[in-house]
Amino acid sequence: MLPLGDDVRGQMIAHAREQFPKECCGLLAGVGGKPVKVIRATNSEDSEFRYRVDDRELLRFLQDCDDNGWDFLAVYHSHTRSEAYPSPTDVRLAGNWPDPYYVLVSLVDQDDPVVRAFRITDGEISEVPTGDEASA
Amino acid sequence: MAIDVRVTANMQKHLGGERSIRANGDNVRDLLADIDERFPGFHDMVMTDGEIHRFVNVYLNDEDIRFLNQLDTALKDGDVVSILPALAGGL
Repeated sequence: MLPLGDDVRGQMIAHAREQFPKECCGLLAGVGGKPVKVIRATNSEDSEFRYRVDDRELLRFLQDCDDNGWDFLAVYHSHTRSEAYPSPTDVRLAGNWPDPYYVLVSLVDQDDPVVRAFRITDGEISEVPTGDEASA
Repeated sequence: MAIDVRVTANMQKHLGGERSIRANGDNVRDLLADIDERFPGFHDMVMTDGEIHRFVNVYLNDEDIRFLNQLDTALKDGDVVSILPALAGGL
């Protein structure tokens, strides 16, 4: 269960829309399994098809997590032309980071963005519920 | 020479479960070799064809070693080395 809530969901959708048609990416810090902060990251791939959280921003984020007692809860990115489901590349590269949730924002229907969350463990994708309750 | 090496949660599993370990080396290349001696297989997680893997970053006190002297980057007592895989994906 990854309770996103309208605020977190809205922040990620807004980020995805601003970066469209390129992919956006960002990080969710959490406490007790609930997101407490949405951190927009620079997509260093600057691409419509790929994302890479800027390496230095990732390092800084992890240090911030340590300093603030946050967990690295989730990474999010947008799919601008495909559904909100991890691509084969997403799965392959998730091997280095099996612990955070992977949140996908699809803008295939720009009027009705879709947000879904997944675990990607040992190449296996499993969807996790995100709930509707406000939590951020 | 004692260097504090910090790794991600996933890498910890291959380094005896510790969030950070102490290792030795006059430069990053020697440091990684020292870790691999104690934890065989570590080298292959970080290196490809004698270079740091494209999707792995090694920081010396928050500076990416690619912008320092790469694997020959010199180390001194008390330095902190962080090894961080890239967080990436795409179609």
